[in-house]
Amino acid sequence: MGGAPTDLKLIDERGLRLDGRRPDEMRPLKIEAGVLNKADGSAFVEWGMNKVMAAVYGPRECHPRHLQNTERALVQCHYNMASFSVEDRKRPGPDRRSHEISKILSEALTHVVFTEYFPRTSIDVYIEVLQANAGTRCAGLTAASVALADAGVPMRDLVASVAAGKVANTIVLDLGKEEDNFGQADIPVGYVPRTDEVVLLQMDGDLTREEFDKGLHMAVGACKKVYEVQRDALKRRYSARAEGQEEGA
Amino acid sequence: MSKDVVADLKRDYITRLLAKGMRSDGRQFDEMRSLKVETNYIGSAQGSALVHLGDTTVVVGVKLILGAPFPDTPNTGVLTTNAELIPMASETFESGPPDQTSIEVARVVDRGIREGHAVDLEKLCLEPGKQVWIMFVDVHVLDYDGNLFDAASIGANAAFKTAMVPNKAAGLGEDVPLPVKHQPISITVVKIDGKLLVDPTHDEERVADARLTVATIETGNLCAMQKGLDGAFTLDEVLKVVETSSRIGAEIRSKL
Repeated sequence: MGGAPTDLKLIDERGLRLDGRRPDEMRPLKIEAGVLNKADGSAFVEWGMNKVMAAVYGPRECHPRHLQNTERALVQCHYNMASFSVEDRKRPGPDRRSHEISKILSEALTHVVFTEYFPRTSIDVYIEVLQANAGTRCAGLTAASVALADAGVPMRDLVASVAAGKVANTIVLDLGKEEDNFGQADIPVGYVPRTDEVVLLQMDGDLTREEFDKGLHMAVGACKKVYEVQRDALKRRYSARAEGQEEGA
Repeated sequence: MSKDVVADLKRDYITRLLAKGMRSDGRQFDEMRSLKVETNYIGSAQGSALVHLGDTTVVVGVKLILGAPFPDTPNTGVLTTNAELIPMASETFESGPPDQTSIEVARVVDRGIREGHAVDLEKLCLEPGKQVWIMFVDVHVLDYDGNLFDAASIGANAAFKTAMVPNKAAGLGEDVPLPVKHQPISITVVKIDGKLLVDPTHDEERVADARLTVATIETGNLCAMQKGLDGAFTLDEVLKVVETSSRIGAEIRSKL
């Protein structure tokens, strides 16, 4: 959260944001389920200028084997950014940020997967950020949930995810790149609509408790909309299959 | 395998006590363990603190060296936080490159310090775009009984308070105190069987369903947060943790 260049107005006189959105407006979200052939399940998310692909393999034999759990499956998320996904070329391979994101996404997804059905196995979730424009962990988590469902992994519910934040002293939904760079706070939230629970929560920046409260509720409200888009993607995928318009993956 | 069995037995023991409103070490649910902080513990570092939080012991060392700023922040010093979870500290730690646990500890501690503006990094700039102080905050865990996030966050803040910028050795005049701005203190709460417990021990961490760390500064504002583990929080629980963490964070800050 750096200081804004003085000429950059994150919110204009009409109360609109750089891309013309209202404070509580999300960027356009499109989800398509079952887009890859080899993976057991997959989903592609286009969210504003983000392009994120998620693929699921498993339940399958757990590697490395010492991680095997005799009572449940291990959900192993691998978040990765393509070197061309950001303005400057990113050095390929995992860095500390992606390790941390992989960890918290694994934890969030573990909560909704019936891991006890598949002892000793691993459910591998690969998230590739192809084009990044702020909010990739939320887009990745949203995509991963759909990919898990597409793979037929038994789940309590989908996890829907979106961030709230603060820019120009206003609580806003779903920060864009400039808002993320020059804003005052960011609160990524992962939410399970059916149980009304938060499974992913981070925050950085500067917020009063009231502002946090408002942001959290704004994000949760928007997660319910993300959830509808997720469900819709799965319905489209499987109604298409039922009608024989697409061969099974 | 054997560790899972122990965890199950411990879970049983811990949750039965919790149902009676008790913790295994006799603390209240919102009570921190005893805290002892010794600053300037390491002579070879520019700032340091030895922190005992209950049976957890960490050393935080702050080193400053001259270097180049990042191209996108030419006017600010560089902050780098690292955590070493060495095998000496616990049977659960292994040697080798940092794993996800130590990366998460380092990044959550870093987030608190950075977003809470513990140190005024702009004052660590000597020549914009050319030369700045690079500040390394290294967390060394010696004895691990849970809650590294808070022990390390407290240690870093304590170390900053007594740290000196080594101008003399660099031929830049007299040493001056590190430009400290705020004191972001993180407080961690775990959820076990629906109960919220402050400052978990290792046993409590092992059976915890979910974890939430909240860092606050003097104004009462929040500056960093991290939820962890496989479990979930309700919205009410999140707000309750935020309230508890700000209150206890303020108490800790007043003692440093």
